[in-house]
Amino acid sequence: MAKWSMVIDLDKCVACQGCSIACRAENNTPAVAPDQAEMGRAMRWNDVFPMPINPTEDTGEYPNVRAEYLPRPCMHCENPPCIKVCPVGATFKDADGIVEQNYARCIGCRFCTVGCPYSVRYFNWYEPKWEGDMILHLNPDQVVGPGVLEGPAVRPRSVVEKCTFCIHRLQKVHAQADAEGRAFRADEYVPACVQTCTGKARFFGDLDDPESTVSHLAKNTRAFHLLEDEGTHPKVIYLREG
Amino acid sequence: MLKIDLKDKEKLIDPLFAPLNTGFKAAVGLLSLIIAWGGFLYIRQLFYGLGVTGMGRPVYWSMYIVNFVFFIGISHAGTLISAILRVTGAEWRRPITRVAEAITVFALLIGSLQIIIDMGRPDRLPFTLIYGRLQSPIIWDIISVTMYLLGSVTYLFLPLMPDLAIIRDNMPENAPNWRKKFYTILALGWRGTREQWIRLEKAIAFMAVFIIPVAVSVHSIISWILASTLQPGWHSTIFGPYFVIGAIFSGIGALFIAMTAVRKVLGLENYILQRQYRNLGLLFITMNALWFYFTFAENLGLATGQQSYEMPVLAAKLWGTFAPTFWLMVALMAGAFFILVVPSWLPPQKTKLRYGLPIASTITAFMLVVLLATVRMVPSSLLFLQTITARTVLWVLLVLAIIGILAGFSAWFKSNPIAAKVVASTFVVIGMWLERWNIVIPTTTHPMLAAYGSYTPSLTEISITAASVAGFVLMFIVFFKLFPAISIWEIAEGRVMEQAQSIVVIPQPEASGD
Repeated sequence: MAKWSMVIDLDKCVACQGCSIACRAENNTPAVAPDQAEMGRAMRWNDVFPMPINPTEDTGEYPNVRAEYLPRPCMHCENPPCIKVCPVGATFKDADGIVEQNYARCIGCRFCTVGCPYSVRYFNWYEPKWEGDMILHLNPDQVVGPGVLEGPAVRPRSVVEKCTFCIHRLQKVHAQADAEGRAFRADEYVPACVQTCTGKARFFGDLDDPESTVSHLAKNTRAFHLLEDEGTHPKVIYLREG
Repeated sequence: MLKIDLKDKEKLIDPLFAPLNTGFKAAVGLLSLIIAWGGFLYIRQLFYGLGVTGMGRPVYWSMYIVNFVFFIGISHAGTLISAILRVTGAEWRRPITRVAEAITVFALLIGSLQIIIDMGRPDRLPFTLIYGRLQSPIIWDIISVTMYLLGSVTYLFLPLMPDLAIIRDNMPENAPNWRKKFYTILALGWRGTREQWIRLEKAIAFMAVFIIPVAVSVHSIISWILASTLQPGWHSTIFGPYFVIGAIFSGIGALFIAMTAVRKVLGLENYILQRQYRNLGLLFITMNALWFYFTFAENLGLATGQQSYEMPVLAAKLWGTFAPTFWLMVALMAGAFFILVVPSWLPPQKTKLRYGLPIASTITAFMLVVLLATVRMVPSSLLFLQTITARTVLWVLLVLAIIGILAGFSAWFKSNPIAAKVVASTFVVIGMWLERWNIVIPTTTHPMLAAYGSYTPSLTEISITAASVAGFVLMFIVFFKLFPAISIWEIAEGRVMEQAQSIVVIPQPEASGD
């Protein structure tokens, strides 16, 4: 069993939003029309936004401003508030500590979207749609089983979806290792956002392995979690800027 | 063959078999139209998805949840009046229990429907049973609301049974056949034997005690759905009792309105008396005071703590985007308190007042609204009005004017106590809906780690809300076209008891020896 974790070094992040695009392509997240985005219906499993996102008097005004950019995937909390409130177990933590979402089970009550203090969960207000030929270029990877529909599989209307740490990639590398008759290596598994990161600001690995990069970085004095006070114990670790 | 007092028969049973009048037909027609329109828009929502609402991220919950909390709150009217008053043996409850219990059942049906309307995938509703996780407050809610609904239906039906038997035995000869069968079946073979009475009284006594904790649990759990999240403004321990008090408060408001409507329309002035209004009014005042206490307590912690995620929610309510709904709510509740309390302090009047005072006050109010609207729309060129001092003066003037208007009305309210209760109840019912709004929407629009959102209900949401209210009223009027609005046997029982009490001779103090 692993404890998959992501480290994001804000010193290296250039806020290019490459992670957001990679995520969208990898996970078949539908784009929405501008008027819908205006209503807050854009899907951004991996969002990049200025911090603090809601400016206060302390943020200051240009040019005397104190702000930074923050890439934000799902925190994959060890103590996830979303899982606690789900009435049907549509969202759950798997053996590796990844918080997953089963689209075939979700009843669309949106308790988890309200429960998540990071607002990382998204709802399909309409049937997902793709412009023109884009439908032909969807990622064919799927995590599908009896009563299970996860990962990049195209979502039905009115269910909740979220970042899965590219769970299908983990399954693929496991399958490959099995096929080749060898042990699975932790460095084979990398989510799309980490793979694509322009500034090489993202690191991914197993926190249970004391020698992994993420384990070393987690001990860095710059390391912190988002909303640390909420007791959610996120597995996404940030390295402070500056 | 069960007997009935002839006057009761004339007032309570005969109207059930009278031909439908135009007013009833028009009301049913209009309400059905509103329901049909709401139903159509709901089917459209099913077809397209929840995108037809005004919701988005971060406003994942909105008007449907507000309605849900509100209607379930209204449903607390029945339990409180009926169960608590039965258990404590309050004699004055007799004429109003039926109305109260009916409100419970109908408000619960409409309230639970809101959750299904709010669900993205109502087709997956059975999943809550198949895969239900007991750790989720939504499952607690399903359990307690279902129990409350079943309990309330039973509790409405039990005291109705002897009445149904009375109707069965006393209905007019020319009653249609289906109605004869209808009452015969529903009366479940009630003959009024001693054994049956003992059983019924036992069952009612059990249900009355049983339903009180269930009712308390229902609204506590609804509050815990909100309080069990980490959202700023919701994550509060006071929510359970606060919601229960609010529910009872709005429930009494709804009961006042409903019992007055029944009293007026069915001409039951000799059954529902001033006594009911006075006693229930005292309970209403208590709940009003408690509501203010809880509202203050809820916000005090937020205000003094000034935490970075919670303060914006409170600020939005006090002087931000939700200030209009927040202060309107406070004004309505304060107005209701005023109407309920102040007129009773006035000296008794000799003559009944005409409409002079209300008309004068209405004109004053209208003038003030015009004044304020002018101030709002005056361009910034008129700087005098934009200064803080000028605005403060205007606000003080407004408050003084409101007090003046209410004082003007007080005399009228004093001479029309029933109208006063209805006005106060209307204020409270609207105020409580706004309270639910002020609890749900400011928090969902002020998340911790997403840009603040805004929310305007769409036509679909407004229409479905209207249809829900219409559905509630429709069920109510159809129900009272089929069943007596007042518990006939309980009234008769009360009369017997009163008579027995009235002939008790209080012994005179003995004259002393010298």
